Amino acid sequence: MERRFRTWVALVVFAAVLLALPLLVRQPYYRTILVFVGINALAATGLNLLMGYAGQVSLGHAAFVGIGGYASAVLSVNLGVNPWAAMVAGVVAASLIAWLIGIPTLRLHGHYLAIATLGFGMIVSIVFAEWRGLTGGVGGIPGVPALRVAGLALDNHLRFYYLVWTCLYATVIATSNISNSRLGRALRAIRGSEIAAQTTGINTGSYKLQVFVLSAALAALAGSLFVHYISFASPSRFGFAYSIELVVMAVLGGLGNMWGPIVGSGVVTALGELLRPLRDLDVPAFGLILVLVLIFLPRGVTTSLGLLVQRLRAPRPTNGEVAPANIVGAGEP
Amino acid sequence: MSAEEPILQACGLTKRFGGLLAVDAVDLVVPGDQVTAIIGPNGAGKTTLFNMLSGVLRPTHGTILFRGRRTDGLPPHVIAGLGLARTFQNVRLFEGMSLLDNVMVGRHTRTRSGMLDAAFALPRARREERAGRAICMEALEFVGLAKRADDDAQSLPFGHQRRAEIARAIVAEPRLVLLDEPAAGLNTRERAELAAIITALAQRGITPLLVDHDMDLVMDISHRVSVLNRGRKIAEGPPRRIQSDAAVIEAYLGEEIAC
Repeated sequence: MERRFRTWVALVVFAAVLLALPLLVRQPYYRTILVFVGINALAATGLNLLMGYAGQVSLGHAAFVGIGGYASAVLSVNLGVNPWAAMVAGVVAASLIAWLIGIPTLRLHGHYLAIATLGFGMIVSIVFAEWRGLTGGVGGIPGVPALRVAGLALDNHLRFYYLVWTCLYATVIATSNISNSRLGRALRAIRGSEIAAQTTGINTGSYKLQVFVLSAALAALAGSLFVHYISFASPSRFGFAYSIELVVMAVLGGLGNMWGPIVGSGVVTALGELLRPLRDLDVPAFGLILVLVLIFLPRGVTTSLGLLVQRLRAPRPTNGEVAPANIVGAGEP
Repeated sequence: MSAEEPILQACGLTKRFGGLLAVDAVDLVVPGDQVTAIIGPNGAGKTTLFNMLSGVLRPTHGTILFRGRRTDGLPPHVIAGLGLARTFQNVRLFEGMSLLDNVMVGRHTRTRSGMLDAAFALPRARREERAGRAICMEALEFVGLAKRADDDAQSLPFGHQRRAEIARAIVAEPRLVLLDEPAAGLNTRERAELAAIITALAQRGITPLLVDHDMDLVMDISHRVSVLNRGRKIAEGPPRRIQSDAAVIEAYLGEEIAC
């Protein structure tokens, strides 16, 4: 009960911060970054469900983001489909493809999904760049129309900020609900011990598949939002590097923590901007920072800081009063 | 009562790992109204037998009838859904979850809410959550761990973890529960508590089938004992007769008496 109450308070505070943030952040550049943080966090939240709860890794999530993005661009620009319908089509397409990839790979134990998605991501990024008739090739698809809500075009930074963060806010609430549900417990059980989960009645293959499809759908939603925001779809954005960036966001933020992807996305997106003056050295610098974070905050920024706060608030145990966890054997003296 | 059909029947159950015959044509009958135990020295094939019964391993040969249904070859989650629960020799509680959450996982087969129920916290999910919580707290009360419900499961002492696994197994309201060496690593007091819990399971309509090394526990609480040695069943019967069976003494008890 206390845990639920704390989550509820955190969600209210989070909503207040989101509403107030644009009042403090007025320059278009910084508002753009806030939008990107939200879009990345959306994709990273899906990945966090997959990695942090079900213990599976996808190294090709950029492909799902790209499928969402290109579905929006192709359908709304080339075929004149309503942008919202295009968005839904992209999400459905990405979910179907994830389902097809997941069926053979998720039945097996081990990291077959990581290998399969790695290859899938590579293939999809080549398709984006080479299928000129559909995707416009390296040049991409310009002139993607803005999304409209009740006749209002979401064509400036502020309006889009509210759209993206509303989507993210809803996703965070859903993630929090899932985490404390039958489904969330089943996923965490799978990560803990697949055999124990199975003999408890959990169809592990089916749950891993469901969460993989969900994560692909969230990625496609992020991709569609991205393309409508910058009004342009190009293959360079949806390559292997972005897949890795999403994994980094999920890990760095703290796997299995509902706030992790937002923190991870904030850190990675901001770092990307800050390291830009380093030009070609930005990737090595990025790698170095990641390694340092994982050495000093192995459970991710959010979770590690949370534990630190807990430790500072808890009364210091006197010597020998608290037995170390897990080492305690059966017998009493 | 004994005229009733047995809850579990295995016939010619065999498991071969390459050149090793881990379980060799074992027949097993578990009556629903008795405590049945399987004993045998290390490597006798007891855990392999349990793994086949619970679907973790597919038998090389042989059939399993659980509540009158063929279950050999079915995946573990389906067998669990039919009312068979189990615990593990090396306790397998889920890490990073509270004791109560671990036990709540045990409700899985008795609940239905899916992804949409969960994501939107729909009435069905909330109803199941409330009911499940009450049932799980009652089970924790039953194994004497209600006060530790919010503790991290893996921080509990080993003896408590064993009982937590039993709680997780019984909230599924199974008909049969396989207990894999439930007394291993427990002290004398904890063993007595465990014996009381196993005996009380029967009153809840749950048939216990246990594998153990602990002769005192097995002889005290079980009605029927099967003895395995090197994958074969070498004796079967009431505990008193097993204790005086020459083959058993040689294969198993002999070892213990020798040291």
